[in-house]
Amino acid sequence: MTSSRPLPIVIVGHVDHGKSTLIGRLLHDTGSLPEGKLDEVEALCRRRGVDFEWSFVMDALQLERDQGITLDTTRIWFSSPARGYVIIDAPGHEQFLKNMVTGAASADAAVLVVDATEGVSEQTRRHAYLLTLIGVPQVVVAVNKMDLVGFDARRFAAVAGEVRDYLERIGLHPAEVVPLSARGGDNLAAPSAALDWWRGATLLAALEALPSRPAAADRPLRLPVQDVYREGDRRVLVGRIDSGRLRLGDALRFLPTGRTARVASMEGAQGTAPIAAVAGQSVAITLDDDLFVERGHIAAAPDAPPAQALAVRARVFWLDERPVAVDDSLTLKLGTAAYPVRLEAVERVIDTQDLGRHQADTVGANEIAEVVLRSPVPILFDPAADNRLGGRGVLARDYRLVGGCILEGPEGAGADTTDRNLTEVAPSVAAGEIAAANGHAGGVLWLTGLSGAGKSTLAMALRRRLFAHGWQTAVLDGDNLRTRLNADLGFTPADRSENIRRTAEVARLMAEAGQIVVVALISPLAEDRRRARRIIGDGFHEVHVSADLAVCEARDPKGLYARARAGAIRNFTGVDAPYEPPEAPELTVDTTTAPPADAVDRLAAYATTRFALPAGTRRRVP
Amino acid sequence: MDHLDQLEGESIYILREAYRAFSNPAMLWSLGKDSNVMIWLARKAFLGRVPFPVMHLDTGKEFAETYAFRETYAREWGLTLIVEDCPPLESIDPSLPPASRFAARKTAGLSNAIIRRGFDGVIVGIRRDEQATRAKERVFSPRGEDGAWNFRDQPPEFFDQYNVDFPPGTHVRIHPLLHWTEVDIWHYIRREEIPVVPLYFARSGKRFRSLGEEGITLPIDSHADTVDAIVAEVAATRVAERSGRAMDHEAEDAFERLRTAGYM
Repeated sequence: MTSSRPLPIVIVGHVDHGKSTLIGRLLHDTGSLPEGKLDEVEALCRRRGVDFEWSFVMDALQLERDQGITLDTTRIWFSSPARGYVIIDAPGHEQFLKNMVTGAASADAAVLVVDATEGVSEQTRRHAYLLTLIGVPQVVVAVNKMDLVGFDARRFAAVAGEVRDYLERIGLHPAEVVPLSARGGDNLAAPSAALDWWRGATLLAALEALPSRPAAADRPLRLPVQDVYREGDRRVLVGRIDSGRLRLGDALRFLPTGRTARVASMEGAQGTAPIAAVAGQSVAITLDDDLFVERGHIAAAPDAPPAQALAVRARVFWLDERPVAVDDSLTLKLGTAAYPVRLEAVERVIDTQDLGRHQADTVGANEIAEVVLRSPVPILFDPAADNRLGGRGVLARDYRLVGGCILEGPEGAGADTTDRNLTEVAPSVAAGEIAAANGHAGGVLWLTGLSGAGKSTLAMALRRRLFAHGWQTAVLDGDNLRTRLNADLGFTPADRSENIRRTAEVARLMAEAGQIVVVALISPLAEDRRRARRIIGDGFHEVHVSADLAVCEARDPKGLYARARAGAIRNFTGVDAPYEPPEAPELTVDTTTAPPADAVDRLAAYATTRFALPAGTRRRVP
Repeated sequence: MDHLDQLEGESIYILREAYRAFSNPAMLWSLGKDSNVMIWLARKAFLGRVPFPVMHLDTGKEFAETYAFRETYAREWGLTLIVEDCPPLESIDPSLPPASRFAARKTAGLSNAIIRRGFDGVIVGIRRDEQATRAKERVFSPRGEDGAWNFRDQPPEFFDQYNVDFPPGTHVRIHPLLHWTEVDIWHYIRREEIPVVPLYFARSGKRFRSLGEEGITLPIDSHADTVDAIVAEVAATRVAERSGRAMDHEAEDAFERLRTAGYM
C-alpha cells in the first residue's frame, strides 16, 4: 500500500449558492465524515434554533456559523472508491476574494456552483474568470437547488445554457454541467428519482472522470535557485525543481549570467547521495565550476532557457484595498526571484461581468487588468501558458502581498531576445562616463502641440542655445523624419502611432549616446506619448507647447489649416482629428502670447536643471 | 516520483524559505510524530543538521516515555534543544474550560519564550486535516505582538509565494506540514524509518493516536503494534484523530479560542 496524491478540487461560486452545503453533503454521502460529526452539527443547530445546516460541517469558525457565510478558505480530505480528493472550500463573498484566490490557486479542478433559482450571478462570472487566470483548467458546473425549481428540466437547460455561454467566451470548456440538490443529496453521489429525466453523470461521477494534472517532469528543466549554503569551501545550491529532470553530470545553463556548469554532486541527508531528481523535489547540488550564482537565478536546460525581458505584458488581479496607479513601484515575486518593478501602463481594465474593457490609470480592489511591468534588470520567465510557476507571480507592496499576475510575454517588438537568438551586448562606455565627459546627461525633450504652436521653431532655437554652450544636441523634427526614415508612413491613426514609436526608439538611442534630443512632433494622442515614455524611460520629458487653436490657425505657417478646412487634407489635428493635451507634462510653455525668446529661456533653464551635472562635476553651463 | 516525494519537496522548500527569511527562527518540538517528521525534514533540508534551536514547551506533565525520547534523540540528532518551562495553571485565564486551560499553559510558555529570546519565526508542525480551524491556516501565518491569530483577515498566499516581510515587533508561525494528512505522516515514518515515542504502538489493546499531556489525553482501543498496522488502521478509520484530546471538545469554540489567543 502506498499513498497517492489526492486531486485538489476547489468549490467556487456566488455567495449563498450553496458551496459549503454541497461539500458537507458530498462528504456525508461518500461516507467520509468522521464518526459523531453529524451529531455534533445537529447539536450546534439545535443550540442556534435553526434547521439542520450542512454547511456547519465546513464552516469551522464561530463567526462563520453565526453569520452563515464562509470567511476563509479551508480544506478537507475525502476518498471515493476510485481515488482521494482534497476539497478546497472558497468564500463566495466579494470581500473575501483574496481568500478565494488563496484556495483556488492550488487546485487542479473546480466545481462552479450555480443556484438554479438565480442563475449566473456576479461572483459566478468573476470566479470563473479567475479560474482561467490562475490556471485551473478543468471545471464541472453544479446547478444547485434544483429542488427549489421543482426539478424542472427546462429551468436546468436555461441555466446550463447561460453558464456555458459565459464559460465559452472566456475559453473554459466545462467537463460536465450537472443538475443537483445539495440539501437533499439529489444527484451528488447517487442518481435521484426526482431528476429521472437526467441522463448525464452525478457530480461524483463527473469528478471521477477528471484526469490528474499532467506531470511537469517532461518539460524543460527549471530549477530556481532558492539559496546558496556554504559547507567549508564548498558552495551548495539548493532549490525545488519547478519542471523537468536533473541528473548527476547534467549541464545546466544559469540565467541571467548565461554561464554553464555541470552537476558535480547531489547532496542527501543521512549520508545518502541521490543521482537524479524530478519536478516537485527539493535538491541540493554542487557544480564543477565555481560560478557566481545567487537566489533568483535559474538553472535551466541549456537548449531551452526561459525568456528574458525588461518589460513584460501581464494580466493582474488586484487584491488590496488601496489601488495601484501607473508609475507606482511594486515588487514582482516570481519563483525565487524578486524584481523591483514599475507599473508602466494599464492597457485596459477587464470587466468580468460583460467582458468589456475600459481605459484607466489605476487598478482597484478585486479588479483584473492588462498591464505592462518594467524592471531595471531582465525578468526571467516562461509565459504562463507554457509553465505553471515560471509565469505566475505575486505583487507585493510594503509588507503586504497585494496582487497576483500572469506573465503573458515581453512588451514591445524585439524585447524577447531568447526566441530570436539575439543577445544584447553590454555597452563599452557607461552612461555615467559619457555624462561626465559632456557635463550633462543624455535625455529627450518631447515637444508636443498643435501644428503652428511653434514646436519646430523652439526646437531649433533651443538646440542653437545649448550648442553654443558646448552641449551635445540633436533635433528630431516630424516633417524631416517623414521625408526619409518614415517616408513609408501616412496619416492614419496606425501610421501616426508607428511614426511616434520609431521616433521614440531613435530618440532613445541618441539619448543613450549622450545627446539632448529635442523631438518636435504633434503626437496628438496621450496613449502614443505614454508609449514613447515607456520606450525612452526616465530620460523622457514631456513639454507641452501650448497655443490656442485659433492662434495656430491664424499663424498657419505651412498653409495646412487652410487646406484642411478646404478638405484637401484629411485627419488634420485640430480640424478633423483630435488633440489630447498632456494631463501632467513635465513642462508647459505657452506660445499664444509670449515672444519665442521667453519660451526658449524657459526650455534652456529646464534643460539645465534636469540634465546638467551637479556643480563641481559639470564643465559647461549654458 | 510519488506523493511522499512531492510532500517532502514542498516541506523542504518551506523550511528553506523560513530559514532564509528570519534572522532568529526556532522550531517547536512537541515530541509527537508530526514534529519528529518535521525535524527529519529539516535535517534533509540543511544537509544533515538543524541550523536553528528546537524548543520543547514543557508542562512537566509529559509521559515518562516522552521525556526519555527527548533526551535520546536530542543527542542522536545533534539538536540545539531549548526546554521552556510553561507557567503554572494558576496564572492562566480561569474562564477557559479545564483541559483548554491546561493547554493554554503552552501558549503562555511560547509567548514568554518569544519575548525573552526574540524569535521572529516559529516553525510548528500542525496539519490542516487535524482540526477545522487549523484547516484555515496559512503556511506563513503572521502574529501580532501578543501572538494572536487574526483569522478574520489573513493575508493571501498563493503560487508558492509566502509572505516573509513583516513589520518589526511581530512574529510569524511557519507550518511546513500543513498539507500533510495523518496517513501521509505514517507512510513517511514507515518509508524513512523515523523513530517515534513508543506510546503510539498498542500495548494491551490501547495506543495513543495523538500524543498530549498525561491526564488530558486518552488512548484509543487498538491492536496496531507496528507502523504497518498503524498505517492500515489510520487509513480505514472514521474516528477523528484528536478525539482523545479533551481540550478540543469541551465547548463548540474551545479550540478556536485557544488558537486565536496563540495556541499552535
